[in-house]
Amino acid sequence: MNRAWLLSDAPQTRRQARMGALYQGWLTFRGNKLAMLGLIVLVLLIGMAVLAPWLAPQSPFTQNLAGRLQPPSAEHWLGTDALGRDILSRLIHGSRITLFIVGTVALIAPVIGLFIGTVAGFAGGWVDQVLMRITDIFLAFPKLILALAFVAALGASITNAVLALALTAWPPYARLARAETLTIRNADFIAAARLQGAGPLRLLIKHIWPLCVSSLIVRVALDMAGIILSAAGLGFLGLGAQPPMPEWGAMISDGRTYILDFWWVAAMPGIAIFIVSMAFNLLGDGLRDVLDPKGAKE
Amino acid sequence: MLTVDRLNVWFGHPPDRVDAVKDASFTVAQGESFGLVGESGSGKSTILRAVAGLIDTWSGTIEVAGRALAARKRDRAFYKTVQMVFQDPYASLHPRHSVDAVLSETLRLQGMDDIDRRIPRLLDDVGLGRGFRFRYPHQLSGGQRQRVAIARALAAEPRLLLLDEPTSALDVSVQAEILNLLSDLRAEHGLTYVMVSHDLSVVGHMCDRLAVMQAGRIVEVMGVDALRQGTARQDYTRQLIAASQGYARA
Repeated sequence: MNRAWLLSDAPQTRRQARMGALYQGWLTFRGNKLAMLGLIVLVLLIGMAVLAPWLAPQSPFTQNLAGRLQPPSAEHWLGTDALGRDILSRLIHGSRITLFIVGTVALIAPVIGLFIGTVAGFAGGWVDQVLMRITDIFLAFPKLILALAFVAALGASITNAVLALALTAWPPYARLARAETLTIRNADFIAAARLQGAGPLRLLIKHIWPLCVSSLIVRVALDMAGIILSAAGLGFLGLGAQPPMPEWGAMISDGRTYILDFWWVAAMPGIAIFIVSMAFNLLGDGLRDVLDPKGAKE
Repeated sequence: MLTVDRLNVWFGHPPDRVDAVKDASFTVAQGESFGLVGESGSGKSTILRAVAGLIDTWSGTIEVAGRALAARKRDRAFYKTVQMVFQDPYASLHPRHSVDAVLSETLRLQGMDDIDRRIPRLLDDVGLGRGFRFRYPHQLSGGQRQRVAIARALAAEPRLLLLDEPTSALDVSVQAEILNLLSDLRAEHGLTYVMVSHDLSVVGHMCDRLAVMQAGRIVEVMGVDALRQGTARQDYTRQLIAASQGYARA
C-alpha cells in the first residue's frame, strides 16, 4: 500500500479506489497548514479527555479553602478558584464535558436537518411547505432563548442542555440540505437512475444524501464553535452543567464575581473555549477545501 | 416498436402555460434508427423525455412495443425495454459514484444476476478497458464518460434506446468515435434508436428516417435519402439543410 498504489489513475479494486479517494482528500487537507493546526488541537483535546484522570495533577473537586484564589504558580499552573480547586485539573476534566456536548449536538442536529431538508426538497409540494414552515418557526426564535425555554421545561442538567441545543440547531442544516437537494433533484444523473427504476427512497439515500453530506459536515465543523459557546452560555446562566461539574462555561460564571481582582479564574476557561472554538473553525475551513465538490480536483 | 400519436406536451399552468410539443405523430419500426431534428427549443428533446416518463404533463398516445403508456407510472418492464442516453455526460453521472458503483447499482435495480461478470463485459462493449471499472467520473474524459453512460443504458439489455444529442457536448474527434460505437452497438444488439440532434450530418450518418421539427410541430417526416439528395418537400426543411451546409459565398 504505497503512494503510487494510492494515487493510481486506474485503480484495480473497489478498495483501492476508495482508499485512493480518501488519500487524495488527506493530501488536500494536509496542504492547509491552519487546518492541520486545528486538527492537532482537536486530537490533543480528545487525548486530554480520554486521559483526564491521569493527566490532571489534582482532583477537580477537592476543595482547599486555605488556598483559594491563588494566582498561577508552580504548584497550581493555572491558579485556583474561589473554593481552592486547581483550575488546570478542572479544565482537563471539563474537556470531557465539552466533547460530550459537541459530539452529541453534532450527531443529532445535522441528522435531523439532513432528513427534513432533503425530504422537503425532494418531495416538493405540500410536504415541502409544511416542513419548511416548521423550520421557519424554529428559525424565528433566537437560538439561545429557545434553548433556555427547552431547558426550563425539561429541567436544568447538562443532558437537557445538550438536547435543547441540538433541537434548536437543526433548522439551518435543513435549509442548507433543502437548497442542495433542489439543485440536485433535476440533474440528469437522477433522471438516469429513475430510468433504471430507482424508487424515491433509494434516490434520496444513495444519490442525494452523499452530495448533501459534505457541505453539512463543513457547516457543522464551522458551527461547533458556536455550539460550544451556546453550551457555555447555558452553563453560565446556570441552566447547563450543575456545580460542582467542571464545565467551562459554568467555570467562567463562577469567576465572574472576582473578575477584576482574580482575573485567571474566569480567563483560563475562557482561553480554553477560545482555543477549541478556533480549532473547530480552522478544521471546518480545511474540510471545505477537501469536501466541496465544486472547488475540488479536475 | 414506438408509436407516438397526437402527442401534446406542455409546461406550467395557464396563463404561463408553454406548449412545447403540439400534435406530434410518428412511428419507429423495430430495428430502425429514427432521427428528430430541429433548432433549439423546437421540442425534440421534450418528446424523448415524455417517452421516457420524465415529464408527466402530456396527452395523446405513446405506445412502446405495442403497449400504451400511462402518463405517470412506468413499470419495471418499461425500464427494461427503453433506456436513454443523455446529452451532457458531465451531468449524467453521479460525481461521487465510481463506474463500478453506477453499473452495479443499475444491474441490481434491473434484477440482473452475475453482476461481477457483467460489468467487465459491459465495459468491453463500449470500448472501455477494465482499468476504468473503479474510476470516478472526475478521472474520466468527456468521451469516456459518455461511454459509461451508454454502458449504463445498455445494462438492462433494452430494445429501444433514446439518444438525446449524445455527442453535442463532445469534441469533434470524440463525436465520431461515439457515433461509430453507437452504430456498432445497434448492429450487434439489434437495437432501435430514436436520436435527437440539431446536427443534420450526424442524423444523416446515423439514421434511416427523420422527422423535422419546428416550434413544437413535426413539419416533415422523410427518409435519409431525401435528405442527402436535397428533395425535401417543406420550405423549412430546405432552409435547415441549407443552413447546415454552412455559409455560401456571396
